[in-house]
Amino acid sequence: MSGTAARVDARLPIRSDRDLVWLRQHVRQAAALLGFSLVEQTKLVTAASELARNTLVHGGGGELRVEQVTEGAAQGLRLTFSDQGPGIADLEQALRDGFTSGEGLGMGLGGARRLVHAFSIDSTPGVGTVVTVTSWAARPPRPREGRS
Amino acid sequence: MSDGFLSAGTGAVPVLKLGDVLLVTLPGDLHDGLAEQLQQDIGEAIVRHRVGGVVIDISGVEIVDSFLGRVLAEIAAGARLLAARTVVAGMRPAVALTLVELGLTLPGLRTALSAGAAVELLGGPDVVRPADRRRGDG
Ligand SMILES: Nc1ncnc2c1ncn2[C@@H]1O[C@H](COP(=O)(O)OP(=O)(O)O)[C@@H](O)[C@H]1O
Ligand SMILES: [Mg+2]
Repeated sequence: MSGTAARVDARLPIRSDRDLVWLRQHVRQAAALLGFSLVEQTKLVTAASELARNTLVHGGGGELRVEQVTEGAAQGLRLTFSDQGPGIADLEQALRDGFTSGEGLGMGLGGARRLVHAFSIDSTPGVGTVVTVTSWAARPPRPREGRS
Repeated sequence: MSDGFLSAGTGAVPVLKLGDVLLVTLPGDLHDGLAEQLQQDIGEAIVRHRVGGVVIDISGVEIVDSFLGRVLAEIAAGARLLAARTVVAGMRPAVALTLVELGLTLPGLRTALSAGAAVELLGGPDVVRPADRRRGDG
């Protein structure tokens, strides 16, 4: 699996909306490599897009760390978004659907949480925010020949 | 006003005029700045070319997040104020499933399964008379 990890594991900057495009592509390719179905890929990439935009817009920029995770035969992807921005004083409020401190729809945090298997957020006002999500492929990746 | 490409030069998003309808085909992944530019371009094109409908073909779009969802909803709302109707066409099934789970059902957006069906819904490319447009409304 080390060959896969080399193409999955990465640290990606989140400094511009073009970085978001590149980041979505990387997450999709990594998820496909680990055997995520099309729907699973789409959910994870959408969650990543929401969280990365938060890092950029609310956190003033930061980075995404992508890691392959394995549990028995199960393959997963862990995404960690971190910034040194203003942080979130009231997490419960921030997670509520429709709450925005800006001009967004306020669906990003709550929506991303619904789209992944595990979600955690660690934020300290004045220090920054770290959001970690993990999703798993429902089936192990198949060998290339093994199309059915 | 003749049919054809209108803004292939200004951005990466081609806007095609087909009779009374603007056909906008979104690329697989567009960055936020381009999406906002598109919103502006479509509004201007509606007025300049006096079209009664806008079809946004998203069959190539891999994900719709809350940002793009908001842009699509705002394009439709803006077009409505300019007396044009908007249909979002060709959403991929995986995108639709994901949007529901995200919590975005975009109630103000009309949808069609394909760009062709969307053009039909708007009265067809050859129907230019506003009276016909009104009758088909609803
Ligand atoms: N990385 C972050 N740094 C600081 N504040 C954040 C961050 N992510 C989210 N927030 C806060 O949580 C709120 C809700 O986020 P979200 O649900 O994505 O909605 P939106 O981005 O549309 O405002 C934001 O408006 C912002 O106040
Ligand atoms: Mg957000």
